[in-house]
Amino acid sequence: MTIASRTNSRAPDRPAGAPAIALRGAQVRFGHRVLWDELDLEVEPGEFVAVLGPNGSGKTTLVRVLLGLQPLSAGEVRIAGEPPRHGNPTIGYIPQQKQIDRDLPLRGRDLVGLGLDGHRFGLGLRGRAERRARVDAALAAVGGTAYADAPIGRLSGGEQQRLRVAQALVGDPAVLLCDEPLLSLDLAHQRTVTDLIDARRRSAGTAVLFVTHEINPVLPLVDRVLYLVGGRFRVGPPEEVMTSEVLSELYRTEVDVLRVRDRIVVVGAEAHCHPEPEDVP
Amino acid sequence: MSELLGRLFTFEGLGRLLALDFVQSAFLACAVLGLAAGLLAPLIVARGMSFAVHGTAELAFTGGAAALLAGVSVGLGAVGGALLAGLVFGLLGLRQRERDSVIGVVLAFGLGLGVLMLSLYRGRSSNKFGLLTGSIVSVDSTDLTTLAVVAAVVIGTLAAVYRPMLFASTDPDVAVARGVPVRALSVVFAMLIGLTTALAVPIVGAILVLSVMIVPGAAAARVTASPVRASLLAVAIAEFSLLGGVFLSLAPGLPVSGYVAALSFLCYLACRLIGRVRSRDRALVPA
Repeated sequence: MTIASRTNSRAPDRPAGAPAIALRGAQVRFGHRVLWDELDLEVEPGEFVAVLGPNGSGKTTLVRVLLGLQPLSAGEVRIAGEPPRHGNPTIGYIPQQKQIDRDLPLRGRDLVGLGLDGHRFGLGLRGRAERRARVDAALAAVGGTAYADAPIGRLSGGEQQRLRVAQALVGDPAVLLCDEPLLSLDLAHQRTVTDLIDARRRSAGTAVLFVTHEINPVLPLVDRVLYLVGGRFRVGPPEEVMTSEVLSELYRTEVDVLRVRDRIVVVGAEAHCHPEPEDVP
Repeated sequence: MSELLGRLFTFEGLGRLLALDFVQSAFLACAVLGLAAGLLAPLIVARGMSFAVHGTAELAFTGGAAALLAGVSVGLGAVGGALLAGLVFGLLGLRQRERDSVIGVVLAFGLGLGVLMLSLYRGRSSNKFGLLTGSIVSVDSTDLTTLAVVAAVVIGTLAAVYRPMLFASTDPDVAVARGVPVRALSVVFAMLIGLTTALAVPIVGAILVLSVMIVPGAAAARVTASPVRASLLAVAIAEFSLLGGVFLSLAPGLPVSGYVAALSFLCYLACRLIGRVRSRDRALVPA
C-alpha cells in the first residue's frame, strides 16, 4: 500500500521511482509449513542483494515468487512496480550450470536468442536482422563471440555460464535473478561470471538478486544480504548480518562467524541443513 | 548370392510400374510423411524421446490390430492408438527415468495385445503383415487426402509453437522461468508425434517408424548444431530414404520398409563419419 501512495502522482502502471523489487509482508506457506512470513524487502535499481541460507529455507521459492511461478500466501510483491507474471520481460534469469548433452542440436547463439524471444509463439521471421544484432551484442558483451556457433554441449561449464549471462541480459532486464549460478564452476570462472554481472548492474542499473550458499565469491559486490533460516530472516549489509550474534539468533544455536583475510567463514551452521521439498524449479 | 542380390535390386518393368496410380500415390504419401517426420525429428532427438516414438509406433500397431479385428478402418485404429500413447507419454513430461520405465511397461502390454488380436483375426493375412512392415499398396486416394490434412495440421501446429517448443526442449529450466508452458507443450509435442506416427505406420510399418522419425534427426545432429539447418537436413534425409526406398522396392516387389531403413541408416553412418572428420580437423587447429 505504501508503494501505491508514494507513487500516486506518477503514471499508475510503471512508476519511475518504484524499486526494482518490492516485497511487503510476504508469506509463503505449504500446508502447515510456513516457509517465511512478514518478509519486507526493497531492492533498488543497481543494487546487489545476496540471498543466503541453508537448504529448505525458501531461497529458490523466493525466486519462483518473483518469476510469477509461485503465488504468495499473504502480502504483496512488485517487480518494477508491477505484479509478477509469467514470462515477465523485465526479469532475466540465470540458473545453475548443468550437464548438457554433448549432441544437443543447439548453439550458444541459439541459447541466447531463446532468451530474447523463445517464449513467443510463431516462427519469428520478422525482425530477424535486429534480433541477430541484439544476440551478437549480448554475445560480445560476455566475450562469447568466439564459440557462439559451437554446440553448447561441447563447451566448458564456464563458457556455458557466460552464455547464460548473455541469455539473461539480452532482453535488457531491470531485474536479474541468479539461482546458484556459480555452482560447480572453478574459481577463475566464478570470477568471470560475477564480474560480468557486476559490470552490467553498474552500467545499466540492473538490480541483482543472487541466491547462493556461499557468500565469498560475491562478497566484494554485495550491498545487502537476505539471510533466511527456518522461517526467520535478517536483511542488511554483510557486515551487520554476517556476525556471530545475528547468525546464532537465526540458527538458534551457537554459530561462529570468522573473518579470515577477505573471506567469511561460518562455523556451526552446517548441521542445521535439512533436506528440502522445494528444489524443483 | 548373386541370385539374392538380383532379387533385392532389380529394375525390371520399373517404367511400367512408375506409371501406375497406386505407385504415384505411394510416392506422394511418402513425400508428405517425410516432410512431417523430418521436421519433428530434431526436436525428438533434443527431447530424448526416441523411445517414446518407438512406444507410440507399437501402440499405433495395437490400435490398428484392434481396428482390424473390430472390422473398422485400420488407419483410424492406428491414429487412435498413437494419440492415446502420445497423451500418456506427453503427460509424463521430461523426466527421463520415469518416462523410460512407463514406456517400457505400456509398450510390452500393447505389443502383446496387438499380436493376440492379430491371431484372432480371420481375414487376409497380408493385412496383418502390412501393419508391421508397411505396404505401399495400402495407400489409396482417401488415405492420401487424410494424410495431407493430418500433415498440414502437424506442420501448422509445429510452426505456431516452434520457438517455445525449441526452448522447452533444449533448455527446460529457463523456459519455465520465462513463462513457457513447458508441460502443455510436452503434451502437444506427444500428440504431434502420435499423429505423424499414425501416418507412418501404414506406409513403413510400426517396426520401422523409427527410421523416419528418429534417424534423420540423429543424423543431422551429428553434422550441425543449428536448429534450422538440422531441420532442413532431417527433412532431406527423410525424403531421400522414403522416396528412394519406394523406388528401390518397386521392381522386386518386396516390403518398402527394409529399403527405407537401409537408406536412412546409410545417411546416419555418413553423417557420423562427416561429424567425426570435422571434429578431428577442429582439434588440429590451435584455438
